[in-house]
Amino acid sequence: MIVLLLVFVSSIERAVMAFTTVGAVARGGARRGLVGTSGFAKLRTDIAGGLFKFLILSALLASLLILGVLLIDTIVSGWSQLSTRFWDFLNGSLRSRSIDDRLGVQQGLYGSFWIGAIVACTAFPIGVGAAIYLEEYALRSRLTATLELVIRNLAGVPSVVYGLLGLFLFVERNTIFGFIGLGWLVDATGGRSVLSAGLTLSVLVLPIVIITAQEAVRAVPVQLKEGAYGLGATKSEMVRTQVLPYAAPGILTGTLLAMSRAIGEAAPLILVGAISGGLTNNPELWDASALREKFTALPIIIVEWVSERGRDPGFADAAAAAIVVLLALVLLLNMTAILLRNYFERKRD
Amino acid sequence: MSSTATILDAAKPIPERLVMPATDHLVDSLDPEPHPPDDAEDLPTAAVVFDVDAVSVYYGEFRAVQDASLKVHEHEITAFIGPSGCGKTTLLRCFNRMNDLISSARVTGSLCYYGVDLYNPQVDAVEVRRRIGMVFQKPNPFPKSIKDNVAYGPKVAGLAKKGPAMDDIVENSLRKAALWDEVKDRLNDNALGLSGGQQQRLCIARAIATDPDVLLMDEPCSALDPIATTRIEELMHDLKTDYSIVIVTHNMQQAARVSDRTAFFSVEVNADSDSRTGILVEYDFTQHIFSNPSDERTENYVTGRFG
Ligand SMILES: Nc1ncnc2c1ncn2[C@@H]1O[C@H](COP(=O)(O)OP(=O)(O)OP(=O)(O)O)[C@@H](O)[C@H]1O
Ligand SMILES: [Mg+2]
Repeated sequence: MIVLLLVFVSSIERAVMAFTTVGAVARGGARRGLVGTSGFAKLRTDIAGGLFKFLILSALLASLLILGVLLIDTIVSGWSQLSTRFWDFLNGSLRSRSIDDRLGVQQGLYGSFWIGAIVACTAFPIGVGAAIYLEEYALRSRLTATLELVIRNLAGVPSVVYGLLGLFLFVERNTIFGFIGLGWLVDATGGRSVLSAGLTLSVLVLPIVIITAQEAVRAVPVQLKEGAYGLGATKSEMVRTQVLPYAAPGILTGTLLAMSRAIGEAAPLILVGAISGGLTNNPELWDASALREKFTALPIIIVEWVSERGRDPGFADAAAAAIVVLLALVLLLNMTAILLRNYFERKRD
Repeated sequence: MSSTATILDAAKPIPERLVMPATDHLVDSLDPEPHPPDDAEDLPTAAVVFDVDAVSVYYGEFRAVQDASLKVHEHEITAFIGPSGCGKTTLLRCFNRMNDLISSARVTGSLCYYGVDLYNPQVDAVEVRRRIGMVFQKPNPFPKSIKDNVAYGPKVAGLAKKGPAMDDIVENSLRKAALWDEVKDRLNDNALGLSGGQQQRLCIARAIATDPDVLLMDEPCSALDPIATTRIEELMHDLKTDYSIVIVTHNMQQAARVSDRTAFFSVEVNADSDSRTGILVEYDFTQHIFSNPSDERTENYVTGRFG
């Protein structure tokens, strides 16, 4: 709490300082006659400018403050689990009592890890391929314009709807138009499984991947493309040697951000059938043999534990600890995104 | 691909043509029309590289170039001059089918390269661009090493893979572009670290590395200081023995200094539709264009009285 107070006080102090400095400079300028006859007007604009600066600064600080409070509160509650039994917590499984010393998030980590991997293996190639096709190959027609509009809208569809789609395609045996059977999909995924969840979330982030990749591809300077064509490159050579290397940082950042979005989703997973207890197996993180089994994921565990805290208050702290783990995971992904982007940008320029 | 390659192979100048006196019969067979009377200088007549006949270029409905007709000759430097927006770049980009990349652009008329119609549907634009190199107005090195920039064309054309053969191509091209001495110690550095003039010479080296027959240069000196400009002009003069060059320039002295023939383009404003179209006003030996042009508009332009 003291830390919080300090942060708050110092931020106010800074804001006030910035404000008064701007004001003082303006007043000083006017007094010294630097601005001549228009001095009064000048003073007014500077006050407006200072006010604006103050407003945007406080908006930033307010949002940082709220975030900071939440984060600190979460870490503080989760600390009891994380500080005393960090590795046990990461390696433990779902339990019915919060004081169980085998309680932990391992099964959730397994689910989330493989969901991320499946998204990377499916949404990434399909999304990047689609983006390159749309930007470099497709003729500009009404059809492609409509397609792009549809993709943009799909990016805004609530995630529950994708959950329903996943349920329809990968979990339940359904038939389209009464004759196209989808049973083979269910046979392949094993129904309520990590595979179904990963594929569902792939579909969910696909529009985001396409849009960010498209933006990155569109930003490739036309001079580079013409340079390659001018030397006798074919279209595919041009795409491979110019478009992909130049767009790589943008594409990678977009994909990793989409992946962290997928890892944080809970609603579609509930529909696809992630379960919140009674998982029989506790597979190793790298063990791909459990991909077609019943599964859970970090967000599901968090939801479950939060709802359990009425019965067993210790679960509130366990949930907080699980949130910290999930946050760390997402943060790690975002940091990788930034590092990769910087690396490729340095290589590019 | 192979069938289109053969079509152009028929067009590629056979080695004899390079050494035979210019009265060679091939020229006549490719060029049934007698040469225009003003060609009747004492100079020998070189083979015709590009025969541009009534070419018009449209961007959508807009006609950027109207009915241009001219012949570009082998081992000569042909300059395109004229006010901004008169379609010099547009016409130049027809010569290596660069306008194919602009979806709204459309070319009518006939444009023959050693007798082969470049816009024949059987002609492969990629093959065309391997034989007709282009240097763009703005230096556009790839964000790769100097060496990789020069090696790019030979690599995509399959002329050489990595190794000593490629190193030779890189060195020769850089030497021809008068850049070798400045960069030989840092071939693996990023090309974007070069100065503007060096970048432009790198782009020239890159263009000649594919060993094209023709070089198209769009204002290659517009961003350069006088010293770099002089170097590039000397370079063009040297390259003339191996290549045929078409250059667009805004610099009248440059056109007068380096070119053998000059085409003067202008903009014609159509009073009815209020549209502006580029037209070829006059095409002749450079000394004619600059000493006694036959068209008044040319005279006004080259003497600086352009309105
Ligand atoms: N991609 C394009 N789409 C539509 N119009 C174009 C395009 N490129 C050029 N134009 C138009 O065609 C006309 C001729 O342009 P062009 O670039 O050939 O002129 P230029 O003679 O090279 O001029 P400058 O000397 O300024 O380079 C201009 O009116 C220009 O606006
Ligand atoms: Mg131009």
